[in-house]
Amino acid sequence: MADSTVAASEKALHRKNRLVADLQAHKTYYIMLVPLLLFFVLFSYLPMVGLYNAFTDYDFSKGLFSPFIGLKNFEFLFRGGMDSIIWKLTRNTILYNVAFIVLSNVCQIALAVLLRELTYRKFVRVSQTMMFMPYFVSMVVVGSIAYNLFNFNYGVMNNVITTLGFERFDFYKTPEVWPFIIVIVEVWKGLGYGTVIYLAAIMGIDESIYEAAYVDGASKWNRIRYITLPLLKPTLIILVLFAVGGIMRGQFDLFWNLVGNNGLLLNVTDIIDTYVYRSLTVNFSMGLGTAAGLYQSFFGLILILTVNGIVRKVDKDNALF
Amino acid sequence: MARYSTKRSNTIRMDAGTRVFDISAILIVSLAAIFCVLPFLLMLSGSFSSESEVILKGYSLWPQVFTLDAYRIVFSTLGGTIVNAYLVTIYVTVTGTMLGLLTTSMSGYILSRPDFKHRDKVAFFVYFTTLFSGGMIPTYLVVANVLQLNHSLWAIILPGLMTPFNVFLFRNFIKGIPNSLVESARIDGAGDFRIYWQLIVPLSKPAMATIGLFLSLGYWNNWFGYSLYLISDKDKWGLQYLLYRMLSRVTDAVRDSQVIVEQLPSETMKLATAMLATGPVLLFYPFAQRYFVSGLVMGSVKG
Repeated sequence: MADSTVAASEKALHRKNRLVADLQAHKTYYIMLVPLLLFFVLFSYLPMVGLYNAFTDYDFSKGLFSPFIGLKNFEFLFRGGMDSIIWKLTRNTILYNVAFIVLSNVCQIALAVLLRELTYRKFVRVSQTMMFMPYFVSMVVVGSIAYNLFNFNYGVMNNVITTLGFERFDFYKTPEVWPFIIVIVEVWKGLGYGTVIYLAAIMGIDESIYEAAYVDGASKWNRIRYITLPLLKPTLIILVLFAVGGIMRGQFDLFWNLVGNNGLLLNVTDIIDTYVYRSLTVNFSMGLGTAAGLYQSFFGLILILTVNGIVRKVDKDNALF
Repeated sequence: MARYSTKRSNTIRMDAGTRVFDISAILIVSLAAIFCVLPFLLMLSGSFSSESEVILKGYSLWPQVFTLDAYRIVFSTLGGTIVNAYLVTIYVTVTGTMLGLLTTSMSGYILSRPDFKHRDKVAFFVYFTTLFSGGMIPTYLVVANVLQLNHSLWAIILPGLMTPFNVFLFRNFIKGIPNSLVESARIDGAGDFRIYWQLIVPLSKPAMATIGLFLSLGYWNNWFGYSLYLISDKDKWGLQYLLYRMLSRVTDAVRDSQVIVEQLPSETMKLATAMLATGPVLLFYPFAQRYFVSGLVMGSVKG
């Protein structure tokens, strides 16, 4: 008994010495690690502590010492079942993301596949550059372009509509059209980026397969159908699965700059992130906003873990961890 | 001879089908490319239209009267504000990109070192932040209340320095540098920092270019941070936030706009400002695009 304690303490001492030795041998590493540790502690881990405020009636002057109110914030968010705030936000967030994932991927794959088959180098390069343009522009500018297109009095769309002899249409007062506009803008913004990723995946396919198909006289359509698309499937599945893992997160930038705080459209355009932003900057209800954020992070984590579990079963090499 | 003829007939047969394919493919790709660029042309054309024409007839794809009025008015009424916003944005972008490159490359370097014992733990420490986060409000409270960065441009710069994606992208790039190079430098007596500074940094220019572009794009296009930390500091507004304030139209159009100019900004003025805020990016990106592409491919390499 005594012997084993001595042995254990010796072991501990040994471990301690090794730690010191490691610290001394790689002192520089540890010093160079300071910015990373500091950054992620301050901007990622410290905010996690602040999630506690989801359970308080937040008071700016008291901070973390605001009165604890248990689950009251959540009760408020969940009140009303199908009419509850949280149900509306979750529904909008998930539906928009599903539409984004499906449409973006279909368009990106289609374009990547076509670009792969085109041999006109200059055309491929120029069109790729053109498609990449929206990716580089800030969402504020996108918002101003959208306003330029859709506003009631001078918008390009209304210009076209009146030229064709129809009545002016007030986009900013018609909630029904916004899901379409938002989805189209999202597809538009990510088109070049996604196409490049898929094109890179396609370029990774063994060239000799195409050459063999060429020798056998396969047409370009058949090459796409029997080579490119089947071989792209694994990449697609992985990308879509991880996109599904992020389905609780919204494109805050996009929604806020297109629609902003427009009360008329809020019912169909409010996602979790915009709700949180409004809680912070318009309503100053920090406790509620934090509760919605915690709900989002928590279910986001569960979703990613689930998706990763599925990916591990399907294809272990592509799992995240 | 026989081989030649089969090959010839083969190409002829392919040609008909190929031509149909190529024409439809070119058509579809062209339409997509135009769809992507058209909104910018509308913006450009709007900014060169005259205000009265827009008020009367609305925007059109091509200005009936080409005029620089909108730009002239922007500069005469907002001149100082715009120049100041440009300077702020440039300052934030340059400082943030430099600091971000330094911290990201240092972190990526350590995470790539096989002789750094805790690299897996540190990698998970970084990675975990992509799985779970405190979110917008807790982050705001840390920056504003704990770090006391309200009213300071550091509130924009610091939170954007590093992203897990960039750190891992850099690590993956360094993993491609043969370890024997590092070992031989070490035998020659170089310390860990010197290896990083004199060997790794010069060798990782492509990764630096890619990450530098990601960083500068993020800083240039940032408006969000200003809307949280610098609402009342007009002299510290960046370009995008200035534009954002001019565009805020729904709830507080009047109040917000009057902060900047006496009367509401006109329609063409908004577009001219939008052009000024995007101009440098649009001129620059065709040259920068290939670094993005190579970076995306690099980042998708798992490690």
